[in-house]
Amino acid sequence: MRQLDTVIIGGGPAGLSAAVRLWEKGIRNLLILEREKQLGGILRQCIHDGFGLTRFGETLSGPEYAQRFISQVEEFDIPYITDTTVIDISVEEDTGKKKVVAASKDGLLEFEAKTVILTMGCRERTRGAISIPGERPAGVYTAGVAQAYINLQNKMVGREVVILGSGDIGMIMARRMTLEGAHVQAVFEVQPYASGLPRNILQCLDDYGIPLYLSHTVTEIRGRERLESVVVSQVDERMQPIKGTEKEYPCDTLILSVGLIPENELSLAAGVELDPRSKGAVVDEHHQTSVPGVFAAGNVLQVHDLVDFVSMEAEELADSVAAYLREDGLTPCGLSVMTDGNVTHTIPQRISGTEDFKLSMRVRRPMKDCRIELVQGGQVVAERRMKKAIPAEMIQIPVKAAKLNEKEDLEVKVVC
Amino acid sequence: MREYDVMVIGAGVVGCAVARELSRYRLRIGVLEKELDVACGNSSRNTGMLHAGFTYKPGTLKAECAVEGNQEFDQVAKELNVPFKRTGKLVVGFTDHDRENILKFKAIGEQNGVKGMRMVTKEEMAAIDPHAGGEFAMYVPSSGILDPMQYTIALAENAAMNGAQFLFGQKVVGMEREEETYRIRTEKETFSTRWVINCAGMYAPEISEMMGYPNYPTKGFKGEYFILDKKAGKYLGIPVYPAPNDNGGFMTHATPTVDGNVLVGPDSYVTEDREDYAVTKEHLDGLIADGRKMFDHMEPQYFIRNFAGIRWKRYDPETGAILDFLLEADDGHPRTVNLVGIESPGITCALPLARRAVKKLVEKEQPEANEAFQPNRPGIRRFSEMTEEEKKAAIQEDRDYGEIVCRCETVTRAEIRQAIHNPLGVHTVTGIKNRTRATMGRCQGGYCETRITHMIEEELGVAPEDVRYSKEGGYMFMGKVREEQ
Repeated sequence: MRQLDTVIIGGGPAGLSAAVRLWEKGIRNLLILEREKQLGGILRQCIHDGFGLTRFGETLSGPEYAQRFISQVEEFDIPYITDTTVIDISVEEDTGKKKVVAASKDGLLEFEAKTVILTMGCRERTRGAISIPGERPAGVYTAGVAQAYINLQNKMVGREVVILGSGDIGMIMARRMTLEGAHVQAVFEVQPYASGLPRNILQCLDDYGIPLYLSHTVTEIRGRERLESVVVSQVDERMQPIKGTEKEYPCDTLILSVGLIPENELSLAAGVELDPRSKGAVVDEHHQTSVPGVFAAGNVLQVHDLVDFVSMEAEELADSVAAYLREDGLTPCGLSVMTDGNVTHTIPQRISGTEDFKLSMRVRRPMKDCRIELVQGGQVVAERRMKKAIPAEMIQIPVKAAKLNEKEDLEVKVVC
Repeated sequence: MREYDVMVIGAGVVGCAVARELSRYRLRIGVLEKELDVACGNSSRNTGMLHAGFTYKPGTLKAECAVEGNQEFDQVAKELNVPFKRTGKLVVGFTDHDRENILKFKAIGEQNGVKGMRMVTKEEMAAIDPHAGGEFAMYVPSSGILDPMQYTIALAENAAMNGAQFLFGQKVVGMEREEETYRIRTEKETFSTRWVINCAGMYAPEISEMMGYPNYPTKGFKGEYFILDKKAGKYLGIPVYPAPNDNGGFMTHATPTVDGNVLVGPDSYVTEDREDYAVTKEHLDGLIADGRKMFDHMEPQYFIRNFAGIRWKRYDPETGAILDFLLEADDGHPRTVNLVGIESPGITCALPLARRAVKKLVEKEQPEANEAFQPNRPGIRRFSEMTEEEKKAAIQEDRDYGEIVCRCETVTRAEIRQAIHNPLGVHTVTGIKNRTRATMGRCQGGYCETRITHMIEEELGVAPEDVRYSKEGGYMFMGKVREEQ
């Protein structure tokens, strides 16, 4: 069995960023496993621009952004295998060695590794998961599937379109389909605020005159063969449809952009503990999961709004993996990060109290003139004042070790 | 005009079972189906339960066929290579009235010949399945679970292997009796056949009338279901049903599927419309509330899909009473067999009913046996069910077994390819799904659907515009985004 320092599962932005950084740190006995024919992950189908402003200081399309990393992988000659799907990860109890099994056309490939990096990304929430009532015609697509058909396969999925959910990909598909001659009637969002970024509302909806209706949802899908119409209702504060507000929209296509879920089936196989709030792994400040030597970053850990943050998270992970391999272990992280009701989740969930780290979090609802406080033993160790905080935007706060103690849990609060 | 010895109308589980049993004889067999695949109606819209037969009135065809079908199913599953687990079932009660009803049906079951039923205490229940609700229960060891789509497909494929022809997209609109033959008109063409067997399910009353029998009164009882993630499946090892009501009906229950998911449902309400498979908020909300009483992990985080089915029952218009399955063949309507009101437990009863239907023909004509009849159907070997050694060997034999197309259900390109080239010539996306389980997992095709449609185009050389989701009008694409340079 091939012995490796690190196996990276997934050659999307997180996996690529981690690989390049590890190589630069001198970790050479590594391998990227990618299920697709090419590296790049979901970026391959994201042909719009807007990627890279934070990471590279310029705006790139998805494939261009991915290519920056792929070129480095090629230049360094970092080993990778495509067309190969990991089907199992197991951890040997006494030695802590990880066994990774992957299926490929050349057979079942087995690797033994000191560390495993989880960078599998996320999947889209579906019609079934949110239980939209009605019939089951063709013509109901998640935004990412519609994007793959249109951008990768050159197949038009519809002409008369309604979009449910104001996620970023949904809004981007509203613009994309409009540009290709479809008529996008409206975007409906069940929450009283948009779930995607303000810049996408502006650039993808407002610029094309596509209305966004908040506190509205699709309450019935009609059509027995191909979609014929959807019924949309207003919802109350509990997000329950209000009787009498139903309106029928004739359409042939319904695009769903109703959330992303980190794809952690392999993490579970490896015995990694998940956080029910983020749906990703519980990690410490080194991005190490509950299984020593197994690390996670990118959308498999927490759903990001910008790929730049995915890369940066994976690069930080790579620094920790390099340290782990060199020192055969990292500072234990015995302290928990707790949150109040205004915070959806944090990364990390565990810290040491002895090192600098960066806290990522989201607020549960839009808030104005608030202060995010990180408190340890009654002392504020870091804070961020915000005129406006919205769930669509991830908030990152650097924390200095000098301010921390190594005895007490950290609390994250939003004070208005 | 295409000519047949026997035309079966309807490719649900009963029609496919009839075709399979007919194919034991040297006959020209056709099966007319209005949809593009088998099992498009209620054969695929049910709990997948192999019923034991303790709720049906003794002496009825339902009772007789259910017990017979139940007892033989290990052999059937082996022959047709379909997944099946004889799990047993708990029928749980909370009140004295529940106990009375359970005991009443236990006595009926014993009269019907159901073996091994026994009352168990709360402690014994916990040993059988710790997640079952209820204060006491009846344990029915002979109940089992199967995949009703796979089963119907297997029956049809076995029939096709043995010579039966499946004719899809052929909705029957009329029938004329001639001297020695019947002319059956569909929307597309006319067929000539000596025998006609009505297996049209919900539409059996109309076909019955075309054949010269009465248009029997029937009505629909619709029920909705949730399908739960396999992550919830680990909490349920055995079907748990509430005590039957006074008429032998079961309200919302939780059933593990043979693949490891959980079904919660069905409820029951009257519908007039035989294509009304829509799910409704009202009933899904009801399933959530009622399902929690039966299964402690009935939680939205596990929802992956939902669906509806309709039990289309024959009833007595004077008393309103639900009637038994009808299987008739009389000399006033020569060379016909008429099956009406076949609903639950139609999956369990399909082969016993088929044998009784075919017997009518055999008794009249004594057809020659089909010497080449092969009862075993190979089916598609599933990568996910192989051992590591078998996986290695499978990839060596066929490299496409090494390419995972459906991530959630671990379905390989080799399986999808075999499904696309299935013996019935079906090529809808739903058809591939029902043959392989691709798209049935928690991402619902988010990863694999784009690959499957592309494979259908490549393997069969069809244009994207000709790919269908499941129905004739269910097109997936409207041409190219742009013309390629």
